[in-house]
Amino acid sequence: MELNRKEIYRYLGYKGKTPDETIAQAVESAVSELTRVMKPKAVSRPIRITRPEENTVCLDNIVVHSKSLYQHLDTCAEGVLFAATLGAQVDLLIHRYNVLDMSKAVIFQACAAEAIEAFCDQEQDAIEQEAHSKGLYLRPRFSPGYGDFPLQYQRELLPLLDAQRRIGLTRTDSDMLVPEKSVTAVIGFTPVATSCHISRCMTCKAKNCPFRKD
Amino acid sequence: MKQPIRALLGKRLVFFDGAMGSLLQQNGLVGGEAPERWNISHPEVILNVHKAYLNAGCDIVKTNTFGANSLKFTDDSYTAKDVIGAAVSLARKAVKECGHGYVAMDIGPSGKLMKPLGDLSFDDAYDLFTEMAVCGKEAGADLILIETMSDTYEVKAAVLAAKENTDLPVFVTMTFDEHGKLLTGGDIPAAVALLEGLGVDGIGFNCGLGPKQMKELLPELRECASIPLVINPNAGLPKLVDGKNCYDVGPDEFAASMQEIAEGGAWVIGGCCGTSPAHLQKMIELCKDIQPKPLTDKNRTVVSSYAHAVTFGDRPVIIGERINPTGKSRFKEALRNHDMDYILREGLSQQQNGAHILDVNVGLPEIDEVQLMEDAIVAIQGVIDLPLQIDTTKVEAMERAMRIYNGKALINSVNGKQEVMKEIFPLVKKYGGVVIALTIDENGIPATAEGRLEVARKIMETAATYGIPKKDIVVDVLAMTVSAEQQAAQVTLKALKLVREELGLYTSLGVSNISFGLPQRENINTAFFTMAMQNGLSGAIINPNSKPMMAAYYAYCALTGVDQQCMDYISVYANQPTAPATSQVSGDMTLSQAIIKGLKESAHAVAAELVKTKAPLDIINDELIPALDDVGKKFEKGTLFLPQLLMSAEAAKAAFEAIKKHMITIGASEEKKDKIILATVKGDIHDIGKNIVKVLLENYSYDVIDLGKDVPPELIVETALEQDVKLVGLSALMTTTVVSMEETIRQLHRHKPDCKIMVGGAVLTPEYAEMIHADFYSKDAMGSVHYANRLFGNDA
Repeated sequence: MELNRKEIYRYLGYKGKTPDETIAQAVESAVSELTRVMKPKAVSRPIRITRPEENTVCLDNIVVHSKSLYQHLDTCAEGVLFAATLGAQVDLLIHRYNVLDMSKAVIFQACAAEAIEAFCDQEQDAIEQEAHSKGLYLRPRFSPGYGDFPLQYQRELLPLLDAQRRIGLTRTDSDMLVPEKSVTAVIGFTPVATSCHISRCMTCKAKNCPFRKD
Repeated sequence: MKQPIRALLGKRLVFFDGAMGSLLQQNGLVGGEAPERWNISHPEVILNVHKAYLNAGCDIVKTNTFGANSLKFTDDSYTAKDVIGAAVSLARKAVKECGHGYVAMDIGPSGKLMKPLGDLSFDDAYDLFTEMAVCGKEAGADLILIETMSDTYEVKAAVLAAKENTDLPVFVTMTFDEHGKLLTGGDIPAAVALLEGLGVDGIGFNCGLGPKQMKELLPELRECASIPLVINPNAGLPKLVDGKNCYDVGPDEFAASMQEIAEGGAWVIGGCCGTSPAHLQKMIELCKDIQPKPLTDKNRTVVSSYAHAVTFGDRPVIIGERINPTGKSRFKEALRNHDMDYILREGLSQQQNGAHILDVNVGLPEIDEVQLMEDAIVAIQGVIDLPLQIDTTKVEAMERAMRIYNGKALINSVNGKQEVMKEIFPLVKKYGGVVIALTIDENGIPATAEGRLEVARKIMETAATYGIPKKDIVVDVLAMTVSAEQQAAQVTLKALKLVREELGLYTSLGVSNISFGLPQRENINTAFFTMAMQNGLSGAIINPNSKPMMAAYYAYCALTGVDQQCMDYISVYANQPTAPATSQVSGDMTLSQAIIKGLKESAHAVAAELVKTKAPLDIINDELIPALDDVGKKFEKGTLFLPQLLMSAEAAKAAFEAIKKHMITIGASEEKKDKIILATVKGDIHDIGKNIVKVLLENYSYDVIDLGKDVPPELIVETALEQDVKLVGLSALMTTTVVSMEETIRQLHRHKPDCKIMVGGAVLTPEYAEMIHADFYSKDAMGSVHYANRLFGNDA
């Protein structure tokens, strides 16, 4: 799995610039260590997608009230429910660096953030092939927490995927995923070929986020 | 009257049933629906599944209660207790109607990860599992099966719940990956050490893997386990076929693999996900006449952490002694300030220098040792994967520590006094552990080696009456001070040999005791260390940060051949400079430069020198602060970036540490610092931003009270009132938790109106901040520093 260094630098606040030798070396060290401890796992499940009324989406039996999800899944009649994690060992190491050395902690964390995205992209390839075989294309993955798709839906998505048993993915009382570097998402299949040019930040409302890509 | 299940073990193979979930799906259970609900809504289906397995020849049926805990089972109509009662009676009914069988109360994982990774506390997990165990027992279960556990901490809570609240036999099967590792990193020897220490009746694997993969892991399990083995594999690995999960190993293949597993030493076998009555029937046909393979006690003297086990054997074990306040004023101060980070850094450096086990001693008369010991153990085991030695004379502290310890601990200590043995041995029996036995009794410390041997014998024999085997005792024959007692070393060395040879017990020593009162203690310590190892010292409590001591250790291991081909010795001492090129101390680097360049080691070294001739306040004002300001400005301008800012902050922190250490050594009193509370609010567990701010504020001499993450408003208010804090910093990453922030601010304004609140976090904006009535919005790391400086009048 290739980790995109530019993305790691972006998460470190470099805004398109390249870090100096010392930091670049530190990033390479962190990538090595991360690669050694992470245990990426994914699970997915096909779902029917219907949009019975404005701003309501049904993913199999789960009814979601969300304008952004409704708009995002326009033209999709089916798709996949998806979850992935880098595993608890990554959390342990992040926790350790938070105590030992904050500069290492932020670097390691940035590498892990890129790693989970890269892993999801990689897992999506197989899903993409399945869609293609039906003459369909993938919409970008859309997770609880994006737009107005409430985090509370983790409570229904995780059991549907049997995520705890299959990949060791759980949530806290406040619906945050544990292990930390994890993703749950809806991936819609669409007959319309234009969709995949939307970058991650374009649908996000946090305009003053320091890591914004545009 | 049927035999209790324990009586069957070893006489013949015992057969568990197979999967329930997949059969329910075939009967119409939809994805996401809780299978436990069917105990009440579709009882006849459940009954028929149980009967199908019993009729296939299974001995034990698992109740349909895998997720029936109050956290996971959130149904509108029924409680977890309702479904458990129904489940057990259905299983009992099936057993009655089929004329044979045992009912196992099935306890699966809580569905959450334990703290500090997740948000489930040990005590809450214990309560959750207690409810299940008691319910199961009262409804008539014959035994308890704790299964599909992938975390040693959670399984400990479940086992204690089962054993403290029922007297039923307890089997535990855990889910390992194909490399033999648990989700939280534990390996097979670690799990075995923990579970055998807790006294379970059977141990093994279930779920996650098919029979072929489990067969690969079985030898490792068999090698370290001394109790019956239970193996319940899936019918292979799951594949998605037409939208449904299918397991690809059929009954014949399954049965053949299980036969090999029985031949490989398992006494109890069955199936997990994807198996069916057909699978189990074939398995039982093939296996029913196989005699259980002999089970031997492996006699391992073993302790464990959440991650791995450490065994006493030919290679001496290094127990790092640095987490101990005796004679360490800086450490004492850290304990008084509840500075867990300091303790963690001490632990990590000992690990880096080769310690195998860490001693943890936080005994100070003026603090609450019970609470501090618990906090220290929880903090350390959340970050460091070494087994710990619980070192205290206070029994309540020892008990609490043993209870919440994530593994099988080394206990320091018990001795030959009757009243001490009476207090300590029951704890060791309940929680498991290897206990260090000091050869001192009511008559004091025996003057002769033979005398110490006899005390050791007495302790060993008394331990046996509590059911504690020899293998869980390590004898400390005590090293007295040679300058006070000429024969001290000789007596100790002879005693070591006698204990090893006559009692067959392993030994330990606090090695450096020998040189108390002499100059250049390390000379004596290293020589004595080598002599002791030669005479049978198995575990040495030493300072692993001492290069001569570790050199003596590695040399001994190489010379005796326990370090084969001197590989370890060579890898430690071959000509590789271990320090990174950038961090060497040069005579002409100033503290400013070291900080600006972000060089931790140099900053520490330069500050340590500087503080001998220059007043701390001058160092801080003349060099530290200007350097930090310089770096901070560059960061704000965008010519320097976060990792570099933090490297400088860590360098400044190291410099502070050197200054502080010196101040404490000369007995200087510390300046009163302005206090700032930092917290990630309730509902949010993202804390890296808060931790960055903490490091920076501490650089600027603020006393940061870090309350952690997911912090309720009440705790923040309480702390602010208790310590008269004038500034609170709140962090939140998520839009949903801004509400928590608002509530926290409201409470603070009400109860402590003179306290200001600054807020930060990716989700916040100046507008949001104003809406929730925060006093200041910090857009980045440095913002909080500037605000604090303005507020407290520290900006020049």
